[in-house]
Amino acid sequence: MSLIQFENVVLGYEGKAVIAGLSFEVCQGDYLCVLGQNGSGKSTMMKSLLGLLQPISGQIRKNVRKNGIGYLPQQQPTQADFPASVREVVLSGCQGKHPYMPFYTKEDKHLAKEKMELMNITHLEGKSFRELSGGQKQRVLLARTLCAADELILLDEPTAGLDPVVTEDLYELINRINKERGVTVIMISHDPAAAKRYASHILHLGQQMLYFGKTEDYDRAAVIGRELNG
Amino acid sequence: MEIIINLNTLVNASDIILKGMIVGVLTAICAAILGVPLVLKRYSMIGDGLSHMGFCATAIAAAVGVSNDKVMYVTMPFVVISAIVLLLLSESGKIKGDAAIAMLSTGAVASGYIIYSLASKGAGDVCSSLFGGSIYTLDSGDVTVSVLLACGVILVFVLLFSKIFAISFDTAFAKSAGTNVAFYNVLLAVLTAVTIVVGMKMIGSIMISALIVFPALTAMRICKQFKSVILVAGLISTVCFVLGLLFATVIEFNFGRVSTASIPIGPSVVAFNVIAFALTVGIKKLLQTVSKRNLGKKEGEQ
Repeated sequence: MSLIQFENVVLGYEGKAVIAGLSFEVCQGDYLCVLGQNGSGKSTMMKSLLGLLQPISGQIRKNVRKNGIGYLPQQQPTQADFPASVREVVLSGCQGKHPYMPFYTKEDKHLAKEKMELMNITHLEGKSFRELSGGQKQRVLLARTLCAADELILLDEPTAGLDPVVTEDLYELINRINKERGVTVIMISHDPAAAKRYASHILHLGQQMLYFGKTEDYDRAAVIGRELNG
Repeated sequence: MEIIINLNTLVNASDIILKGMIVGVLTAICAAILGVPLVLKRYSMIGDGLSHMGFCATAIAAAVGVSNDKVMYVTMPFVVISAIVLLLLSESGKIKGDAAIAMLSTGAVASGYIIYSLASKGAGDVCSSLFGGSIYTLDSGDVTVSVLLACGVILVFVLLFSKIFAISFDTAFAKSAGTNVAFYNVLLAVLTAVTIVVGMKMIGSIMISALIVFPALTAMRICKQFKSVILVAGLISTVCFVLGLLFATVIEFNFGRVSTASIPIGPSVVAFNVIAFALTVGIKKLLQTVSKRNLGKKEGEQ
């Protein structure tokens, strides 16, 4: 089943195009890695996926419920000294579920617990977010993302700033929820090697769409060479 | 120097002190709980800017000749609108946020002083609106309105607690989950404006911005959970206010002059907040060195 469909989409700000010619499709159970250098339009595309930016032209079809994309943004500097327990952070993933209710419901708390178990962080529940290691923090934020939506998640460079061992662990974890739980994954990444290892599809951007297709065919298309040659 | 503890004031003015205590404690709680998200969102400059706007608004009220019990009708809309303008300015990014706030607040203080001078008000008026008036300027009309407003602020804060956490911790995620971040930011600024206006008369416009940052920063050093930070900040703020008020009303200093001197409420409350902050920092440092030394000993034994 197709979840996301971009048809000849042009994206940009105040009428100025940042990226043009976007046509791709994400189906249920896919694992799509979005590659590209800084300024290639990755974050612009992400905003349009989340519905925070309307396309200049073209069509975006989304077959998900409202706010149905679980988003894992990059960590913000204000989070470094933020006094919040792991439980509070994970539970805040449920904030979009009932916008006019003042407090979290029993189901929310149950959901948070379940996702913490899935991410193997139940033992950290009462700990303060600011005291966790980089890898633990990412797992907490991933649990929060899964509370928001567990059909389709959008991860923005989830391994940024992590050491190689922890990075590998996190990739394995994401791979597992994709394969075992059927969670559709869209991941913005700087790491072509990992993309080729885990992703089912690759979307390579560079102010236009350089490649979209199955991971197996990516090398043959030799996008990287084309991008370097200009 | 002689320090006189004049407990008679407590008996003679028990009624007015009780009123001051109620309004003050409620305002102190409002300021403290709002301070936590403001500090965490790097918005504490907004609280500071608003208190300067409050000074300007009080000057206008004084110049227009509004009677003492109706000052709030002038200051409230002025400061609430300023809150919205300040927030939009700092978000728009045209001028850097903190620079925009610095510009507006210094401008407001200058205009306020000009207005006071033109209205031929003395330095005493300027001083009391900046650094806090006396508890005896509160009248019963003030008390009712202040109590209602402060309770309203606390109620809204409690009801929107989970949203306030969400927009403080991660705006990008909150936006993606459909939370109206811009609306809650404005709401936070408006609640802060209301708190400042309510507390301004007794504590002083400049002093009240200290009540926003100090309890929050102190509580953040002790607590690990957002909820407990809020509760502890409110508690610290309450204790500091009560101590500050008692210190200002009961204790008099005799320097051998004709009359005795006492310190004003606002600065007294702020001083207790500074002490609370310094104590937490000191105790935490001490505990850290002790635990390090113990660790060293254990390693030595092995």
